[in-house]
Amino acid sequence: MIETVVIPLLKIAVLLNAVLVSVTFMTLLERKVIAWAQSRLGPMRVGPYGVLQAIADPIKLILKEDITPIKADRMMFTLAPIMSLVPALVVFAVVPFGGDELFYITDINVGLLFIISVTSIGVYGIILAGWASNSKYPLLASLRASAQLISYEIAVTMTLVSVILTAGTLSMVGIVEAQHEAGLWYGFVQPVAFVLVLIGGLAETNRAPFDLPEAEQELTGGFHTEYSGMRFALFFLAEYANIIVIAAVVTVLFWGGWLRPFPSVDALGFLDLIPGWIWFFGKMFVFLYLFIWIRATLPRYRYDQLMRLGWKVLIPIAIGNIVVTGIAKVLL
Amino acid sequence: MAEAIVFYTLSALILGLAVAVITTPKTVHSVLFLVLNFLCVAALYVLLQAEFLAVIQVLVYAGGIVVLYLFVVMLVNLKRPLEEHQDPRRLGRIGLGLAGAVLLELAGIVVYSYTREPSVSVAAPAASPVQGNIEELGWLLYTDYLIPFEVASVLLLVAMVGAIVLARRES
Repeated sequence: MIETVVIPLLKIAVLLNAVLVSVTFMTLLERKVIAWAQSRLGPMRVGPYGVLQAIADPIKLILKEDITPIKADRMMFTLAPIMSLVPALVVFAVVPFGGDELFYITDINVGLLFIISVTSIGVYGIILAGWASNSKYPLLASLRASAQLISYEIAVTMTLVSVILTAGTLSMVGIVEAQHEAGLWYGFVQPVAFVLVLIGGLAETNRAPFDLPEAEQELTGGFHTEYSGMRFALFFLAEYANIIVIAAVVTVLFWGGWLRPFPSVDALGFLDLIPGWIWFFGKMFVFLYLFIWIRATLPRYRYDQLMRLGWKVLIPIAIGNIVVTGIAKVLL
Repeated sequence: MAEAIVFYTLSALILGLAVAVITTPKTVHSVLFLVLNFLCVAALYVLLQAEFLAVIQVLVYAGGIVVLYLFVVMLVNLKRPLEEHQDPRRLGRIGLGLAGAVLLELAGIVVYSYTREPSVSVAAPAASPVQGNIEELGWLLYTDYLIPFEVASVLLLVAMVGAIVLARRES
């Protein structure tokens, strides 16, 4: 009873809280980093160096008035934010934060596919938010967002096939263990796949330079224009949770998860003194920072450029990568 | 026992949602009921310990195909009811006929599977050298079911080429 019910529930509670807290501080980090990139100070008023801004923002969002437009489809309007947040959180069930069983909720034999399929459900939240608002800009934005999500999902999934081929398993823990056995992070074995997943991940989370669904200049804010208060906050939570998911997946697949650098070099054995989960969070943080850095640096794509990149560049490269990986797998 | 309870609950849900799909007046709502329906079917697969199939069901149907349905429904204005220029009684009769045909077919399958020797239908597949859900499936697809698998792939390819040809002609 304790083994099968209480401990998993405790793990889920801890993990959900950790994710949601890190999301709130991620928003602060983003504002700070972008401010530094633009020679500003960023939020400075609440707490020392504006640290408590991360807590002030959610309080403000919760206390704000929650408005439902008269012409909106009430049920869908309420459901949409929930439908975009829940899949983003469910994915964490199969993310291994450490090698020990304590650090992951479950390890299923189709872990990676589970992540792909659950994140593909998240698109409903975006489509329905735009449709239920019954307003033209959100509808346009949600059509854009879902077209973008579907296109890049194909590219990312195709790319992941080559990683699965290399590892010979779909289990997230199994993939890290395969990297341990190979003595090499897959970032070095599959550099093309790594770059493709990173680009596709940026596009799937609607981050800059692919943030067309939220292009303020053209769409007055995007699919969540009509949302306010806590429901808007749910979309925000979902978006940042998805960014954390992408960072975690890239860490597991290409940066050896909880493994130390160069796991096969014995001379670096002293690095094992640092527990695996710290390595994991360290690597994840690098990617989170990278995403913010990219947002502060790169201008936005045009819509046709975005589609061309997805269909005419990323997917052919992904297919070529599968073929090359397959041949290499047979020959070696 | 617990398995039976879960199975019957899921079955009832699937049937109820299927009815909701065709009775809901708003098209977007009915598409969403379809998504729920597919998710329940995926849960049924998990109950049968076919996790791979369950995940694929979610990925392909709930996450892919229905999104495209939703696109079509949102882009095409479906407010005008279709019955205006058609005799409703004739539609009812056609529906009754089709439902009768499906019922007959199902009854036939049930009777057939009861009268047939059970050992034939669950004959173990040729001894496969691999372990595990996905490996087994891949092995079967590329040995015993190679020809159906390839035919299905060619069919999909033809559909894809056809779609491109149709889209080209319009522009």
